[in-house]
Order: sequence, then C-alpha cells, then structure tokens
Amino acid sequence: MGLLDFTAKGIYCPAADVYLDPWQPVKKALITHGHADHARFGHEHYLCTAAAAPVIKYRLSLTDNVQQVSFGEKILIHGVQFSFHPAGHIPGSAQIRVEHRGEVWVFTGDYKLQHDNISEPFEPVKCHTFITESTFGLPIYNWKPQQEVFDDMNAWWRKNQEEGKVSIVAGYSLGKSQRILKNVDAGIGKILVHGAIENVTAILRAQGLALPPTTRVTPDMKRKDFEGALVVCPPSAIGSAWLRKFEPYSLGIASGWMGLRGARRRRGADRGFVLSDHCDWRELNQAVNETGAEHVFVTHGYSEIFAQWLNGNGKVAREVKTQYEGELGEVAEASAGVEDKTAEE
Amino acid sequence: MKRFAQLFTELDQTTKTLDKIKALVSYFEKAAPQDRIWTMAILSHRRPRRTVSATLLREWAAERAGLPAWLFDESYSVVGDLAETISLVLPAPEEQSDETLTYWINFIKSLEPLDIAAKKEKIVWAWQRLDVVDRFVFNKLITGSFRVGVSQSLMVKALAKYAHVKENVVAHRLMGNWLPETSTFEDLVLAEDTQDISRPYPFYLAYALDDTAEALGDPADWQAERKWDGIRGQIIVRQRELFVWSRGEELVTDKYPEYAAFIDLLPDGTVLDGEILPFKNGMPLSFNQLQTRIGRKTITPKILNEVPVAFVTYDVLEWEGKDIREWPLTERRALLETLASKNHPVFQLSPVVAFETWEDLRRERMRSREFLSEGIMLKRKNSVYRDGRRRGDWWKWKIDPFTVDAVMIYAMNGHGRRANLFTDYTFAVWQGDQLVPFTKAYSGLTDEEIREVDRWVKANTLERFGPVRSVKAELVFEIAFEGIAKSSRHKSGIALRFPRIYRWRKDKGAREANTLDDLLLLLEG
Repeated sequence: MGLLDFTAKGIYCPAADVYLDPWQPVKKALITHGHADHARFGHEHYLCTAAAAPVIKYRLSLTDNVQQVSFGEKILIHGVQFSFHPAGHIPGSAQIRVEHRGEVWVFTGDYKLQHDNISEPFEPVKCHTFITESTFGLPIYNWKPQQEVFDDMNAWWRKNQEEGKVSIVAGYSLGKSQRILKNVDAGIGKILVHGAIENVTAILRAQGLALPPTTRVTPDMKRKDFEGALVVCPPSAIGSAWLRKFEPYSLGIASGWMGLRGARRRRGADRGFVLSDHCDWRELNQAVNETGAEHVFVTHGYSEIFAQWLNGNGKVAREVKTQYEGELGEVAEASAGVEDKTAEE
Repeated sequence: MKRFAQLFTELDQTTKTLDKIKALVSYFEKAAPQDRIWTMAILSHRRPRRTVSATLLREWAAERAGLPAWLFDESYSVVGDLAETISLVLPAPEEQSDETLTYWINFIKSLEPLDIAAKKEKIVWAWQRLDVVDRFVFNKLITGSFRVGVSQSLMVKALAKYAHVKENVVAHRLMGNWLPETSTFEDLVLAEDTQDISRPYPFYLAYALDDTAEALGDPADWQAERKWDGIRGQIIVRQRELFVWSRGEELVTDKYPEYAAFIDLLPDGTVLDGEILPFKNGMPLSFNQLQTRIGRKTITPKILNEVPVAFVTYDVLEWEGKDIREWPLTERRALLETLASKNHPVFQLSPVVAFETWEDLRRERMRSREFLSEGIMLKRKNSVYRDGRRRGDWWKWKIDPFTVDAVMIYAMNGHGRRANLFTDYTFAVWQGDQLVPFTKAYSGLTDEEIREVDRWVKANTLERFGPVRSVKAELVFEIAFEGIAKSSRHKSGIALRFPRIYRWRKDKGAREANTLDDLLLLLEG
C-alpha cells in the first residue's frame, strides 16, 4: 500500500483516511478546485484553499462543512502532512502535497504552467511520486503565448463589429470565461455574459479579482443592447435557442481542442481559439522534470501514451484510471458535458 | 504562401458558401498572377507531382521533433492527417518566410531529381522557415489530398465574380487539359476562343428523387431511361481526333481503345454524353468486371477480350462544332438517335423506357436488376443540358439497396472532421459459431449516433492493434450495398459494392445478425 492509493471512490490516503477529489461520497475530501469533475456533491467534510472555497460552496450549495486553508499552510491529519500549492489552472486551484515519514507525493488535479493573469501561478513542488493529469499529453499540443491568442480574438471581435455581427465566445463558466474577460481588449466594445458565468464571476470579483464591467444577458434585451458586443457563454449554449437572439453572429470556441482541425470543424464554430487551462506537451514534460519525481502516475487524458513516453525517458510511470473524465478522444465532448450541468444552474 | 495560407484558414473556418466566395474573390484580387493560377489548380485537384514519400516525411518529422516513431504514430492517429500532425509536432520556426506559393511549389518540384539526403536537407530547411499554418499547407502540397470544402462549382462562382465572366462560361473553360505551368489566368478564364480541342463540357448531374415520382407531375413531360452502372463519360471528336473524358475530369482515351471506332462513326465537332459500360454479347456486365480494368496501366488483349466496353450514350452536347446544350432534350435526343443508328457494337444508345403512368414506371424500376442497372433516370423533355448538380430537370430514381444485419467487430479512428472519433467499423456475419468479417463501412450514422458508438467502443474494447480496436460482438447494424461479387482477396469470399451503414439495429442482439450463407444466396440470385 502506497501513501496514496487509487480506489473505486477516488485517490485515497489510507494513513490519514482522506480522499483527494473523490468521485463517490466519502467522509473527508480534499478538493483541488471547483470544476464539477473534481468537486462533487455528497461528501461529509470538504477541505480546500480559501481561494477556491467560495466557488465550491456556491456550486455545491455547501455551508458549514468546508474547511479552508491558505496556500502553503501545513495541516496534519492522523500524522500525515498535507499542503496546497498553486496549480495555475483556475483561480484558487491547487496541487495537493502529501508527506508522511519523509515520503512526498504530489497530486496535480488540473494544472498549467502558462500565466493567465487570473490564477495564482503554478508552483513546482519537489516530490518522490507525482500524480499528473495528461489532458493534452501528446506532442501535437503546443500552446502559443496567450497574448497572441488574445490579439487574434481582439482582431476577430473588431472585424465582426465592422460586419455588423455579434461576437460570441464559448468557454467554461469557471476559469476560462474570467480569463477571457481579463485579457480581451475591453476597449473594443460592450461585454455581455451568460447568467451562469455572471454568477461565478460575481463570486471571484468579491474575492478581489479585477475584471472589466460585464452585463448579464437577460430575456428582455433588444438588438441594440448587444450591437457590436462580445458575448461570453458556456459551451452548452452552443446550438441552443439562447444563441438565436444574437443573429447575425460569429461563434468562437476557446479551448485547447481547437488546436486540431478536425475538432474545430466538428464543433461547427466559425473560429477556434486555442486557449487551454491545462498543460501542453512541453509544460507537462517540464513539470514532471521539475518535481524531480522518480515515480509518476498519469491520470486523465492521454495517460497511457504519456506514461509510455515517460518510461522511455528515465521515469517509472504508470497509467491510472480515474473518473476525472472519459477517455482520449471523448475528452472534448465529455468536458463540455461536465460544464453543461453547471451551466444549467 | 502567407496569403494562400490565410485563404486556406479562412475557407477552413467557415461553412458558409457566401463567406467562402468572399474569401476567394478577395484572394484573387490580391494574389500574384502565378499564385492565382496555382490556387485554381490546387482547388481543382491539380497539384505538383509527389516528390517525397509520406514514410520519409514521417521519419524526418519525428526526428526533428525528437519523438520516437511510436509516439509520432499515436499522434497521427489522433490527428487523422499526416500533414497536420507534422506541422504540429515540429519545433517553432527559426526564421521568417515570405516566399510566394509558386516559390514553394517550384521548390517541391525541384526535389524530384535529388537523392534522399538532399531531399531531407531541403525539406528540413523549409520546415524551419515556415510557421504552423504555412507548414501545414506546404506539407499538404507534398502529400496531396487538399480538401478545403471548396467544390469546383464554388470556385467557378468566385472566379466568375472576380473576372466578371458568366459562371457557365468559366465552368466550361476550366474543364479539360490545362496545366498551371503553361496556363495564364488570361488564357484560361478570360480568353474568348477555346484553343483546347480536347475540352469537355461540365457534366450535368442528377439529384436523387426523394419524393414520390407523382410529385413530378404529368408523366408525359418526362423521358425515362435505365440508370447504368458504369463510369460517366464524354466522347469528343474534333479535328479528326478522339478524346474520352471520365467524370473525374480525367482524360481516359488510352484506357478504352475500343472507342477508337468513334473517329469513323462521328463527324468532327461532335460531343456525346453517356456511360462507359462493360458490355458483351449485347448485354452490360457488372461494374465489378469493369473494376478489373480501371487502374490498369496497360490494357492487354486478354482484358479487351474478357471485359470489352461499349459507350452507352444518352445525350449529345455539341454538333457540327456548335454547343447545343440549349436545345431542348427532345431535339437533342432526336439527333442522338440518328447518330446512333449506325449500329456499331461500341456505340450503344441508352433506350428510352416507355411508360404511361408513374405506376408503370414503378414496375419498370422493379426490373432494374434484370438489366444490371441501378434504377431509373428521369429527364424533363423540354429541359436544356445544365452544368453541375442542379435540382429540377434530371432525377435518379434508384432501386432499394440490398441489406444485411451484421455485427460490429472492429473500430478505427476516422479522418479529417471525424478524426479522434471511432467512425470506421468492420462488420461480420455468422458462419456457425464464428463471426466472419466481410465488409467495412463508415457513412450513414448521425453525428449523435457516431458519438454514442464512439463511447461504446471506448468502453468495450477487447484488444488494440495500433489504431484498430477489437470490440465486444454486441452491436448490430443494418448494412446496405448495391452489389455483391465473389472475391478471392477477402476472407469471407465476397466483396460488396458501396457498403454503408443503413441504420443501427438497437432492437437486435448479435445472435440475430445474418449468416454468411444468407449473403452467398444473394450472390447466386
């Protein structure tokens, strides 16, 4: 039995009797961040960073069973030391470091190395065993600097304005949306947001995240209210009646999957912006190397392939099945599905 | 190249025809003349000859990217496109490039005489200069298959708009034998007189009849023929020369030496439309037989003897050197019947099927297989010969396909739009307790169903062989196909024509699928 075990309910620490991001109800759950596949309903006690807590409490309708810690703070549970370290994925997102009798494991949850101007930047943590995600663990995924993506998005927004079209960007309501709001050129025009996004954004603003002004889209809005505007909506709105009132519009999707031509065309978007809150290939490799870990467990994504690659590069790596999403190619649809639930709130 | 890559990106980013035309027109306005002609060539599938093999490109790209071959292959199977995979895995460019499209095409052509080491050096040099999109276009120019969702007719529309020439005129001028190396835009699109005596007319293509025949109105307004199962073709006789074109805009004169007879059967300035059909003893042979001839480089006397062809003609487009496509069908038909009265075995006339009522024709349609035909063609008697696929005057009323219930046993990733979804399936039927694979099929499911099958495949994989997965024998699909023939190349002993998924039989279990004997029975019938 290792310091952490992979069980049917989730990643389990037997020495402390706690779970990390479990997908079945447990007594005590340590949560990396508020996305629905990591923070689930039904646990008795939750433990997360103070920065992640407000959104988690809002999304899961929790009140008093959420214990909060700050980044880097050490907590002992049955003699096992836990601490949370910035994962750079979304605001408040953390990697969880577990130390017991000199042995150190790190679980990344979801993470990225690129700075997005809204999340606490990723912090490499030395460990013996590293549990990493691999959502984009293939050498075909290499992100461009964020500024280039937003230059494209700004140019697209301007062009749409000239052509009398509304610009609609779809991105997750937690994280991606605020990243767009923060980095897009708000001087170009009005920014409107879907209700699901406005709710989350309000919580992050209250925590001190500075974002340009946004207007919630309401049913009584008229054509002139969104003339030349940028509308940010969750992926679940694509193809729904909700979009129709913005016609004529141009639809952009902001996602790492948009790096592939096939995925871009399949989603039927006018524009794909390759913008991800996960590591690309180079970042994954850099992150694994910087931990100094000898043992690597690879979870959700191209886990089998990335593990095989690491094994050929001096690590002892193994693929682990988790429920953080489906398998390879399904990821795009699956994660959009996860988002659907929160968007319906 | 930047400008062409930009055009490519714009075409790729939209599904709307108007936006595509706009992008093309604006490109034609700005592009250098030689780039313009090359773009037209690429969009009409005339590209430079392949000078480097895909295998070598793969090897060099993996090496440049520092990847083991297996990881490159895994990436390729996720992306579904070699040119794209290479462009994505390579390191970022070290230099800037602003050479023209024509420069890079000449560059690719210049590789031909070089040895492998020299080719590699040049390709790697190019990769270091080009960014991801340019690199993708460059790789596509080498590997071919440039599918950007621009049909010939869409390009024709854009060119017509840009050059202020009528669409049907542009369509006609772009047909035939032109080469980007020797043509100029002026010659090709703007020139009044047609120099090229081999130039065919754009084919008029029929739509499938989706409504009932009754919806077409009075039967007396319509001419019916059998729908022949061959290769659509045009026979051109001009200035004592013969040219045979197939619908794929391919000059196939040499492949059908039988047609040499037409030089004596037709006067100069005659163009016939019809079907290249295997034909023996006054009867068509199956398309399967013709397939043994297609693709052969040399046509041996043996083949000529075993699978002779006739031209079953159904229209005349040019007469005495004049374009007569504006004549009503009845007049063209009358002329055609006089021409075909010479009674030569190679020059067959597609007979008119007589009918008084739609019910009569429905009965005739049921007999289609007796004539080895695919159904009935309906043509409006007073119609002109139009170009491209257009609704209204020509309809194909095909017979219902054969169908069989089969079990899915393997699945593979699709390509292009369907990359990284399991969309290509292998199906099997029962022989005793064994499932015998007999066909692959991929089209016919909705996007929704494809996603559902994709999820099922991922959850029910038994084994992986590279990109192929064997799956639990559980899902049953109804497979439709147009024909069946014996085949020694297939384990099952049979080969199907146009197999496709007709529907997903969720109501059936694997044991309820058909047997190999059921299929063999169709073979005899």
